[in-house]
Amino acid sequence: MTQGIPFNVPFLAVAAMIGIAFYIIISQRNLIKLVMGLSILASGANLFLITLGYREGGVAPIYTYTPAGIMVLPVPQALTLTSIVIAVACLALMLSMVIHIYRHTGSTDSEKSRIMKG
Amino acid sequence: MANLITHSPILIIAIPLLAAFLTPLIDRVSKKARDILVIASLALAEFLVIILARDIYPNGLHIYTLGASSPDLTIPENYIVPVRIILEVDSMSIFMAIITATVSLAAAIYSLSFMKEETGQNRFYTLLLLLAAGMFGMELTGDLFNLFVFLEIASIAGAALTAFRTRFADAAEGGFKYIVVSSVAALMVLFAIGILYAQYNLLNIGALAHVMQYTMLDKIALALLVIAFMMKLAGVPLHMWCPDTYSVAPASITIMLVAASYACLYALFRTCFTLYGVCLNLVTVGWIVIIFGVLSMFIGVTMAVFQTDIKRLMAYHCISQTGYMLLGIGVGLAVLNQPEALSTYGIAAMDGGIFHIINNALYKGLLFLTAGALFQRTGTRDLNKMGGLAHKMKWTTIFYIIGALSISGIPPSNGFASKLLIYESVYRFNPILAIVAMITSILTLASFTKAFYSAFMGAELPEYQEVKEVPKSMIAGMAILAAGIIFFSLFPGLVVDRLAHPATAALISQGVYINGIMGGGG
Repeated sequence: MTQGIPFNVPFLAVAAMIGIAFYIIISQRNLIKLVMGLSILASGANLFLITLGYREGGVAPIYTYTPAGIMVLPVPQALTLTSIVIAVACLALMLSMVIHIYRHTGSTDSEKSRIMKG
Repeated sequence: MANLITHSPILIIAIPLLAAFLTPLIDRVSKKARDILVIASLALAEFLVIILARDIYPNGLHIYTLGASSPDLTIPENYIVPVRIILEVDSMSIFMAIITATVSLAAAIYSLSFMKEETGQNRFYTLLLLLAAGMFGMELTGDLFNLFVFLEIASIAGAALTAFRTRFADAAEGGFKYIVVSSVAALMVLFAIGILYAQYNLLNIGALAHVMQYTMLDKIALALLVIAFMMKLAGVPLHMWCPDTYSVAPASITIMLVAASYACLYALFRTCFTLYGVCLNLVTVGWIVIIFGVLSMFIGVTMAVFQTDIKRLMAYHCISQTGYMLLGIGVGLAVLNQPEALSTYGIAAMDGGIFHIINNALYKGLLFLTAGALFQRTGTRDLNKMGGLAHKMKWTTIFYIIGALSISGIPPSNGFASKLLIYESVYRFNPILAIVAMITSILTLASFTKAFYSAFMGAELPEYQEVKEVPKSMIAGMAILAAGIIFFSLFPGLVVDRLAHPATAALISQGVYINGIMGGGG
């Protein structure tokens, strides 16, 4: 019998991560910090998917070799894997763009590096 | 042939996807072969879309189950719910796919000379084909998570293409804004998918709609989905990224981004009409969409009037035109469960909104391409620095006039046909909304006339003595869209009856979509 953590704690963590992420995205002017905020947001969404698929005392959902008893849901884990891959691609692309912005304007501050207005 | 039609939903997505990764390989052998491959794959996709459309319009929706022993086996034996990824193509999906296919083809042909001087062209075409594949995927899929994946493919490819010309200082900024907005929107979609999956253990849109309870959690998921798609389609007040991104992207990519934002518009409609449908609080949600639409329409056009950057001006008009579509569809959504109002004006409003999507993709695409042609020859997007270009660039001028007349809704253009449908029907719903729509149209005409005079009219400027007409492939790309506009202007009734109206019918008949999944089975 697994001594599980109270079921709500991971969801609170999800809420905290998403709250922090949105705070960073809205309040920070540094582009690298903005990217970090987006990364935290992606992790929050991933943690949410994993948590909702978790079942108290469940085992890994490998059909060919599994002990009796309940399994955690396999689909959210598959979704999370896909989502992690996508998040990595987004992150790499965003950082490469920040490098280009820095090369052209010499700043990663969104107020100083901004060219287009209005 | 029948076999080809059966498998065409997946082929439409797979062909650009495979061609995307073949492009860099073929590029090593010959540049010409690479160009042929890109154009041929998009032309083939267009061909498949058309033959599929010819089958769907008379025979109803088309199901394709991936990985099943037969494509129509939606629910495996011993299961009561669909577990595989299912592509579900109805008249609305294929209508959007026609837009995507046409715009992508025109964009690719235009790019052949437009991007000729750039470095890293093999990657450019890879990304262009990925963007096309992402849009096709969003439009044809019947699975929510699949929708998220294709949304991300389209977003990443679109952002990379926006920032492609890294020698310009503003390109990376436009691309960065696009990817940030897209990532936030996509993660909100993912979160909403998680909420729905947690309750129903389903990802299929039809199956979810079948069991939808409309609990509090479902409402949160709905709000997340609506806001996310509004962000992606640049509805006011979530439009800030749009002018920056559209103005710095290469012109051929701008028109694909416009098409991508319509793919998100489609996803929004699919969410409202099919996923939630009649269990929504229709009047409230309808009015929210209408208010977003009216705000986009009016604020978009008032911002556009002051712009001096030609592509920025057009980008603001893009926001404004999206407002018309939201208005038309929103009115239909608000009266969805009032059969009398729906049949007297609701359906006409939706027909107008949907017809406006394809019209706008054509004329806005054409206008952005003419702006790209001007940029190619003058090296500036600033209207104050241009002048007298009609003397040198006759084809571009003609195409610009066609596009500008159409977007301003001058009879007998196709823009007039769809706007008239919206005015008439919306007037019966609420006269004030129709008046705002008409004022918007007048301001649109004013701002395009101003741009026309600044860029094309007047004496020839000394610095543009050497300017020539753009190369043939750019003219060909513009001609495809112009031909579409002329055809739609000549036969608006035919297009509404054969294309827009079946799409409306598909949107409002949620039961048919659900039955395609849950009732098929065999």
